[in-house]
Amino acid sequence: MSRPSDHIDSKPVDVDAKIVNPNLGVVGWLRWFWRQLTSMRTALLLLLLLAIAAVPGSLVPQRSSDPNGVSQYFVDHKDTAPILDQFQMFDVYSSAWFSAIYLLLFISLIGCVLPRTKHHIEALQAQPPVTPANLVRLPAYAKISVSGKSAEEVLEAARVVLKADRYRVARYDRAAGGKGKLKSEAAITVSAERGYMRETGNLIFHFALVGVLIAVGFGGGFGFAGQRAIYEGQAFTNSLIAFDSFNPGRFFDSSTLPPYTIQLDKFTAVYEEKNSNAIGQPVDFTADVTTQIKGEEPQKQTIKVNEPLRIAGTDVYLLGNGYAPTVTVRDPEGNVIFTDSVNFLPQDKNLTSLGVIKLPDGLAEQVGLIGFFYPTVSEGHSGAFFSMYPDLIDPRLTLDVYAGDLGLDEGIPRSVYALDTEDMTKLAGRKAPQKSLEFSIGDTVELPNGLGTVTFDGVKRFVSLDIHRDPTQGWVLVFALSALGGLLISLFVPRRRMWVSVTENADGSVTAECAGLARGDDPTLEGAVIALKDKLERALGLTRD
Amino acid sequence: MTDTLSQYSVLALYSAMAIYAIAFVLFTLDLAKGASDDSSAVGEAKKVVVVPERRKLARVAMALTVIGFLLQLAATLMRGFAASRVPWANMYEFAMTGTLIIVGVFLLVNLKWDMKFLGSFVTGLVLLLLGLAATRYYVEIVPLPPALQSYWLVIHVFVATLATGFFALGFALSLMQLLQTKRENAAAAKEKTRLGFLTRLPDSVQLENYAYRLIIIGFVLWTFTLIAGAIWAEKAWGRYWGWDTKEVWTFIIWTIYAGYIHARSTRGWRGSRSAWLAMVGFAAVMFNFTVVNIFFKGLHAYSGL
Repeated sequence: MSRPSDHIDSKPVDVDAKIVNPNLGVVGWLRWFWRQLTSMRTALLLLLLLAIAAVPGSLVPQRSSDPNGVSQYFVDHKDTAPILDQFQMFDVYSSAWFSAIYLLLFISLIGCVLPRTKHHIEALQAQPPVTPANLVRLPAYAKISVSGKSAEEVLEAARVVLKADRYRVARYDRAAGGKGKLKSEAAITVSAERGYMRETGNLIFHFALVGVLIAVGFGGGFGFAGQRAIYEGQAFTNSLIAFDSFNPGRFFDSSTLPPYTIQLDKFTAVYEEKNSNAIGQPVDFTADVTTQIKGEEPQKQTIKVNEPLRIAGTDVYLLGNGYAPTVTVRDPEGNVIFTDSVNFLPQDKNLTSLGVIKLPDGLAEQVGLIGFFYPTVSEGHSGAFFSMYPDLIDPRLTLDVYAGDLGLDEGIPRSVYALDTEDMTKLAGRKAPQKSLEFSIGDTVELPNGLGTVTFDGVKRFVSLDIHRDPTQGWVLVFALSALGGLLISLFVPRRRMWVSVTENADGSVTAECAGLARGDDPTLEGAVIALKDKLERALGLTRD
Repeated sequence: MTDTLSQYSVLALYSAMAIYAIAFVLFTLDLAKGASDDSSAVGEAKKVVVVPERRKLARVAMALTVIGFLLQLAATLMRGFAASRVPWANMYEFAMTGTLIIVGVFLLVNLKWDMKFLGSFVTGLVLLLLGLAATRYYVEIVPLPPALQSYWLVIHVFVATLATGFFALGFALSLMQLLQTKRENAAAAKEKTRLGFLTRLPDSVQLENYAYRLIIIGFVLWTFTLIAGAIWAEKAWGRYWGWDTKEVWTFIIWTIYAGYIHARSTRGWRGSRSAWLAMVGFAAVMFNFTVVNIFFKGLHAYSGL
């Protein structure tokens, strides 16, 4: 079968004799190394090593799936985190050592599968092997005696039965020979083999795995993933600058971003109201959007959590949502210097949300507002507010006020969700001269020091969308399903050889021997030989149906 | 309505557990009888008397397991109807459906091969998991969060639990295989062991063959689980694979069992070594189901606890 030499079906070879030979030479050593790498034992070891190597990634947060967890880990474990980082423990699945294991595994796999493919193609064209002399010794055996039929007739019946069972059949005749115990009588035989698909399936499985690996590797290179939060009424244009964050693949070309816009018309969240064990648990999120591909008519569509929007080769996912309070700021003369809805990031399941408003121009000083939004406000024992329900029942907004330098003028990019208060003075809030500003919808509150006024006009919903393109994910699926199909065939199609040997007895009757040999695991071998015997008997009219 | 139904479900589940407990005792007595047959130097005549009685114990235990299974099936269905969805959306329900499937696979396999000797293990494991679920993981019925509202919940999770059922039996058979090997070696060396109860069981090679056949079914189902999970993850989370903790462990389990299948066709690894791998694989399945669900952070945080 051209399997590795330590495969259970291969004949043991005395490899050790070669290893101790000191005159291997470079080619010899390379060949020895290659044979080691492509041996079953090495493949097995690499597989198990891969399983073990994957474990740390589930124990330590990973940058790819949980970047905030990694930052937190560095805070919590000041001493050990940098050491772990040296060993790429926060990027396990792209680390040098993890990659080394799976690359070696795949090289070993290819090195094993290629010669097998060659061998299999040859086997597909070859005749079944010559019938063994002594069928009794085979693992499954049955014998019948026939009278009134010639040996040729019996053999032809056997050939037809085997053909009908989709065996590949060849005829071998044997003259009498041997001496003593090894003496064998003249016999006419058929040799049959079936289940070539088993090896075909096995090869498909392994090639498909290589396909998965390649498709995954390429997909990461040519695709991109970007995030953008938009509030109701806001539109997003699919271009590089419009994203809040953007992760391009290595070979990604930003000019290939398909031009389209997505406008959020309405976001609806439904929360459980009846079931007392689940009050406030989200039951449904629906984003109604209007999309427009450049040069085409606008279209109304919806995005839900399990129903992404597929548009122009990209996939748009609804991954988060929250509240965006609409705030208007006026200077002391009453001129509007700021009016917009600002996305506040949810902090808990009842959507207590944190947000920042920066006012670099228009007031006497630069002002930063940072505060909380509570969709349904409630007051704790300590007097602190919290939200007790995620829907808008009694919305409240509180804002702390800072004045000074927002740090925007140096041209350093700053997060819109964070306020750097290092060069600022706190004017309102805890430990400040004045309490936080507090608003219900429609309220206008004066800023400290007569800087101006702030009005809480209303609340909108915002959604965070993930926009992806992975050009090879279809291929990954095709290869994965091929692997599954190959696996099914390779594990459940029995491969076996069958022989029928017919001899003429002295009294003119005929003896037919049936025997089978499994290649690989085959629990049905014995049953198959008995079935062959029964069918043969039926074909010869020895038993009634 | 929902409340009454879910209360009946709990009642049915506790009844099923009581019956499994009796079945467990009988299965174990049955195994132990095998031991006494072997260790006491009984004559042929006496053995003939013992055999039918032994069978009777196992048969009663088997009948009880069927009754327990039906009660648990009723409990699971009622839970599902009470919640108007599939009964596997949190830890408690996973445990309930998962153990139901383990028992179901056990009964199914017994139609083909006589595996009553695994009864102790199956009822014991199921009792342990159900006990843990009922006392520690019980949660009231709550609606499905948006991320779980998908037909993939039906397919992906069900096939995963089905695979677990096959792996569980594979584990038990591999354990028996190891013990049997030990007994056979001792017998060959004419040493005494306390494993006499295994005499009546199939020999270690036969046990290994059974284990292998069940595990490859589990492996195919697990491969499907992995693919189905990836398809669902793409729809719900926007990527088909992201090394989330549960994904990592699903991958690890797949790799271990792939190793097991290779080990069986590697010279020097067939036999006890591959049996160890089958056991490590199932340990990882159990770890994935319990520890990863409860203590690990990740997107698959649906234990409901």
